[in-house]
Amino acid sequence: PGDTSVLAGLYGPAETKVSKELPDRAALEVLLRPKVGLPGVLERSREQLLRQTCEAVVLGMLHPRTAISLVLQVLSDAGSLLSCCLNASCMALLDAGLPLASLFCGVTCALQPDGTILLDPTARQEQEARAILTFAIASSERKVLMSTTKGSCSVEEVRNSL
Amino acid sequence: AAPQGRLLCGPGLRRSGAGLLVTKCGLLRHRPGGGGAYWVDSQQKRYVPVKGDHVIGIVTAKAGDVFRLDVGGSEPASLSYLAFEGATKRNRPNVQVGDIIYGQFVVANKDMEPEMVCIDSSGKSSGMGIIGQDGFLFKVSLGLIRKLLAPNCEIIQELSQLYPFELVLGMNGRIWVKAKTVQQTLIIVNILEACEYMTAQQRKQALAKLSGN
Repeated sequence: PGDTSVLAGLYGPAETKVSKELPDRAALEVLLRPKVGLPGVLERSREQLLRQTCEAVVLGMLHPRTAISLVLQVLSDAGSLLSCCLNASCMALLDAGLPLASLFCGVTCALQPDGTILLDPTARQEQEARAILTFAIASSERKVLMSTTKGSCSVEEVRNSL
Repeated sequence: AAPQGRLLCGPGLRRSGAGLLVTKCGLLRHRPGGGGAYWVDSQQKRYVPVKGDHVIGIVTAKAGDVFRLDVGGSEPASLSYLAFEGATKRNRPNVQVGDIIYGQFVVANKDMEPEMVCIDSSGKSSGMGIIGQDGFLFKVSLGLIRKLLAPNCEIIQELSQLYPFELVLGMNGRIWVKAKTVQQTLIIVNILEACEYMTAQQRKQALAKLSGN
């Protein structure tokens, strides 16, 4: 905690090419750049997760045929990267003044081999853990917006983590 | 106790079902006049066109009878050549690409391209139209513009005691300044840009230093 940092920049609502525009809502695009190297498949899948979470929250109906771009740059990674990205994108959406239905935050849980649950693990703890679950929780009525799992765990354990 | 009459929902609030949804972060403000109005005072740099707003636009293209203006929103706005005071089909206004124009929105909603005019409802220009050649155009946040547009704004009164200058404020965050010399213009530009983060005390100190110079 405290060592992972992500820089988020939000641009929009801006003009977009006709091929990319949606007629009834804003088209949200997320770009995740790792600290070193080119973006790979892992970044692409994380971008899609972030995009779907943000689309659920941003009121895109108010800005049809526009594009909103969110660019995330990883500055340092010490564990719990995905929930850090979620928090950074929520702050960027707030700071830019885009209309949102609710706020959201990201939390990571790591399941240790012995069954205990750790919140916001460091990189070392993530490697030792049996499974890592990340949740995005909305501020209104505490509903779960998005969840992703790496590793194997039982349904009981998922419920406990929540 | 709920007030009688119609309650006005301003920017930052939306009706959803039976209740209100807050969509932006900021201070909740209330005006008790009429039936009461609530809105959220939020800080933003990106402009979204709103009908009736006076804005500064830059001409980017001439397409037949219509000029395309960049107003800082998601789409270029259109301005017809007949929308100037005293313009007829024979008497066209002299507008080139790259000119700065001060006008107001007559159509601005999320589904259509915004349209601007440089005359008001009675046909007079009332200060709108092409802005002259010299001067300096720069961008600030929308919150600072709203502060400057408030009646009896202190910043403008203090600056006018420093040098005489011409000022045009656009609701899209753009300000055009012209003073007698280039150096005075640049000084005013720097002070207006810094006003966003300076307290009143720091501003008075900076202005006292400049007028002492």
